[in-house]
Amino acid sequence: MARPQPRFPEPDTQPFYDATKEHRLTYQQCNSCKNVVFYPRAHCTACGSRDLAWKDSKGVGTVYTYSVVRLNRHPAFAPLGPYAVAYVDLDEGFRILTNIVGVNDPLTDVKIGQRVKVQWEDQESGIALPMFAPA
Amino acid sequence: MAAQKRDAAIVGIYEYPLRKAPGVTPLQIKADCAAKALADAGLSWKDVDAVYDAQDGAGMSGLSLPEYFGFKPNVIDTTAVGGSSYEFHASHARRAIASGKAKVALLTYGSTAHSDSRAIGTGGGGMGAGAPSPLDNMQSPYGMTLIANYAMVAHRHMHQYGTTGADLARIAVATRAHAVRNPEAVQAMTDLLYVGTGEITVDDVLGSRMVADPLHLLDCCMVSDGGGAVVIASADVARDCKKKPVWIIGSGEATKYSENGGDLTVSAAAQSGPVAFGEAGVKPSELDIAMIYDSFTITVMVMLEDLGFCKKGEGGAFVSEQRLRWDSPLKPALNTDGGGLSSNHPGMRGIFLLLEAARQLRGESTSQRAGAKLAVAHGNGGMLATSHTGGTIILAAD
Ligand SMILES: [Zn+2]
Repeated sequence: MARPQPRFPEPDTQPFYDATKEHRLTYQQCNSCKNVVFYPRAHCTACGSRDLAWKDSKGVGTVYTYSVVRLNRHPAFAPLGPYAVAYVDLDEGFRILTNIVGVNDPLTDVKIGQRVKVQWEDQESGIALPMFAPA
Repeated sequence: MAAQKRDAAIVGIYEYPLRKAPGVTPLQIKADCAAKALADAGLSWKDVDAVYDAQDGAGMSGLSLPEYFGFKPNVIDTTAVGGSSYEFHASHARRAIASGKAKVALLTYGSTAHSDSRAIGTGGGGMGAGAPSPLDNMQSPYGMTLIANYAMVAHRHMHQYGTTGADLARIAVATRAHAVRNPEAVQAMTDLLYVGTGEITVDDVLGSRMVADPLHLLDCCMVSDGGGAVVIASADVARDCKKKPVWIIGSGEATKYSENGGDLTVSAAAQSGPVAFGEAGVKPSELDIAMIYDSFTITVMVMLEDLGFCKKGEGGAFVSEQRLRWDSPLKPALNTDGGGLSSNHPGMRGIFLLLEAARQLRGESTSQRAGAKLAVAHGNGGMLATSHTGGTIILAAD
């Protein structure tokens, strides 16, 4: 069974997921006050301006925190075995919820402060999910 | 303490005794508890003129709850902010009473989460209900269970401050010691098939199954059925009630959510706590009783710090001093009913924090702290890492 997928129409996150089809990790920055906005929205969370620019991230960041999930009854995750859920701080100044992949054993190989780089997981729906592996 | 306002007091309380209650509905539990809390106060069904509800029994409950109960309240408040809803309700009831809009406010809660077999903590990442939301769209693909949400805070707390699993475990150990003294909690653990219903050790917690690193099974609350009711009344009504009033002397409300560059080890309590303590004119160190939402051990650790019982990051050292037990010479005693960890957690525990705090200040707890005069009830609603609410209520004995 597939992972839960983002659902549309949902205009705030539509441009973000459109960009994932080209494996571009995008975020927004306010043209008025330069605040970095993430997750995507139509307004700046610092000043309320609706004048936001979409930017491409280099996809490199640091693990802020994580947990290794041992038990999830959802059928998409139950067969995975232990997997790491994490918040990653991208170098451009935004924090994303994601999974840490590309490690032998998530129980020992994921660390707070670890440098990681985006790794895309293509989905049947055509979008891709940004996950992160050790840089 | 001389300048405290004493406009409103908890005058009636009732906790539904069962944690496994097949065949009843949340609405039935609410109405049953309402009648018994009013009887505890010496008040009647027709005295209620303000209704507070967290939408746990029925949708659009500002309409449906008065109709089901048979009330015609002048004040209706359906603030639904998860497990802290009842601290918000107590705060709002106090305001409504102080302003003269109401005299007798009723808060009720009912849940059949256990009998419904809801996998609250380990379900997850799921979606599909309701309209799509931007936050759901960014989170749901990654399988973050509710427990993992809290576990991420625990990991960061350990990284930032050197907190250990043993520090967290001490919270579960103290809480269980209180549960063992509470017959309803012992029955709860029995009915919910706990492996053991006696006292536990730090090693028991650390040796229990890891659910989401670094949280073990015994760091997590139960999923029970249950409910309760609280009656809050004006000072003039309170004087004629059956039991001594428990005064609401301070309240605070706040939200906290994940932000770019934010500190996940800080909760909404860091905002709601100072407001409530400031209004009450008391310091955390004066508090005899801390009823703090223990969905998980880390929840308590973070909130003890944020409420100001100790400095940020020093929760590990603070809980290691044996101070949390009911019979400790140190303040405060924590979750003396057995908490969500070992007595009662049907999904939204906030009402039980008010109930046990009131019992302590009346002298009615099964783990009574001698001479308890001041208590805090701090509720947490939502998800600690993603977004949550905090509601702080400071209570004083008559
Ligand atoms: Zn701005």
